[in-house]
Amino acid sequence: MSQTKAVAAKSKIKKSKEDRIFDAIIYTICAILILITLYPMYFIVIASISDAGLVSAGEIMFLPKGLNFKAYQQLVNYPSIWIGYRNTIFYVIVGTIVTLVVNIPASYALSRKRLYGRGLFTAFYLIPMFFTGGLIPTFLAVQQFGLMDTFWVMVVPFSVVTYYIIVGRTFFANSIPDDLWEAAQLDGCGYLGFFFRIVLPLSKAVIAVIALWAAVAQWNGYFNALIYIRNENLQPLQIALRNILISNQTMSSMLTGAAATEAQQLADLIKYAVIVVSSAPIMCMYPMVQKYFNQGVMLGSLKG
Amino acid sequence: MKKKSATPKHKQSFAAGVKESRALYLLMLPSIIIFLMFTYYPMYGVIIAFKNFTPAEGIFGSEWVGMKNFLQYFNSYQFGLTIRNTIVVSLYTILVTFPLPVVLALMCNQIRSKKFKKFFQVSTYLPHFISTVVMCGMLILFLSPSTGIISKLVGLLGFQLPNLMGSAAAFPHIYVWSEAWQHVGWDSILYIATLSSVDPSLYEAATMDGAGKWKKMLHIDVPALMPTVTIMLILRMGSVMSVGFEKVYLLQNTLNSSTSEIISTYVYKMGLISNQYSLSSAIGLFNNVINLALLLLVNAISKKLSDTSLI
Repeated sequence: MSQTKAVAAKSKIKKSKEDRIFDAIIYTICAILILITLYPMYFIVIASISDAGLVSAGEIMFLPKGLNFKAYQQLVNYPSIWIGYRNTIFYVIVGTIVTLVVNIPASYALSRKRLYGRGLFTAFYLIPMFFTGGLIPTFLAVQQFGLMDTFWVMVVPFSVVTYYIIVGRTFFANSIPDDLWEAAQLDGCGYLGFFFRIVLPLSKAVIAVIALWAAVAQWNGYFNALIYIRNENLQPLQIALRNILISNQTMSSMLTGAAATEAQQLADLIKYAVIVVSSAPIMCMYPMVQKYFNQGVMLGSLKG
Repeated sequence: MKKKSATPKHKQSFAAGVKESRALYLLMLPSIIIFLMFTYYPMYGVIIAFKNFTPAEGIFGSEWVGMKNFLQYFNSYQFGLTIRNTIVVSLYTILVTFPLPVVLALMCNQIRSKKFKKFFQVSTYLPHFISTVVMCGMLILFLSPSTGIISKLVGLLGFQLPNLMGSAAAFPHIYVWSEAWQHVGWDSILYIATLSSVDPSLYEAATMDGAGKWKKMLHIDVPALMPTVTIMLILRMGSVMSVGFEKVYLLQNTLNSSTSEIISTYVYKMGLISNQYSLSSAIGLFNNVINLALLLLVNAISKKLSDTSLI
């Protein structure tokens, strides 16, 4: 007995040496991966507060140099960013509310076994995952309904998302038993009253998850605005960003010579500042709400 | 996501069934109206792919032309190009971004320190929340041959980077590896969660048998992940022909268009820039049909292999 124990202990020591090497490799790779992930984001922040000339000369790598906030001060000259910011905030708030209002009740209804014609309705919501009209027919529909270039095109037409409905349905099917309704009914509760006063308060988790998904999609999205919005006063932040970051519409193109070089350097610096200003809200919010996102991924992967 | 068939306990008449479910119908009403207007109505509108659409005559009134629009696409130079580019970008993306999250999850699972694990997870998830526009802006800034940080860092090692954004050969690599940087951490969540549900007694038994960490990972963790991995891979293969429009369009320029022109960007250009509505709809419909066929195919395979299916 004691002999086997001794052997086990011995092998444990021997193995733990191998394990230590293994651990060292794993931890090293993980540390490198964290570095690769965080460095580009860190670099953008330090570049945005450094001297423009030093940034373009490649002098800035690990610490900011020539600390200044010129780039951020310059942002005042880009009203499109602030208009975009304002519009995006409205799109996020209204869009998230609309998304919840249309998807949550529908997914609850679909989760009820007593829904008459349930198979048919499920098919109705699932079919668009497999077949869509495509870009132009959808564009023509939006045009026909008079939504081109309006606030509403950003928040209503594409608010029904089959994936959200599946996630919601799975959640409701697993956590709101049918008996609950029967009990409430005995207490004289009407069906809609039951939904609003009992089901919704029990469903904060799934509501939070879908709200976060919708808000992030709205904040980061640019496709719908590209297709359906022409009016500059309705452009969301991402379109303003595209014009500055991708199409290079900064204010340097008129100048020549040394002034042009300097202006181009400042233009690049402004790009770093723009990235910081536009991404900061989500990046700061994210660690706080991370657990909801994780929950959401799990909800989404459950088989309903 | 398997559909449960509705099996009413007792046979109801149509009227009684509708009456009993009327409150539930009311809850579905807003989403049904929106879906009918902006998703189902365009499915009908797709008939313009077989017509010569003019705005004056509308969807209904325009003249039928049969397969003319499809043939125009099939016979064009862009047909082979867009299909090839779509498949190259798509398969390359799967090849890189599918296995990496699995590896990441296996490594993350080995981290014993709770704090470090949390930090690792939060930081690798973070890039997922960067918008596509900002991501592409970062790539353009970083890869600039004269001022970009990547060029400078590579310069430290003694190499000089060419103008990668203007290189057709570099486009798939830029697209795929930036995609990996952004989403691999996020995509690992599901696998990390799967690993956290592995029965701890398996590890204890393996330790008793003298297995080291590497052996345990290979013989416990990897098999534990396999079912999830198989399903995810099969589902992922269903979307081989649908590469997202946004990022490719933003990274596209005249210099790299020979590798970056994919079906969805071509549909956009034909439709909303050249205003050839019918041709664009035909290309879109062609793509949609292929996607549907692929999806049904992988769904059937998945059903057979793992008894898991989407529909």
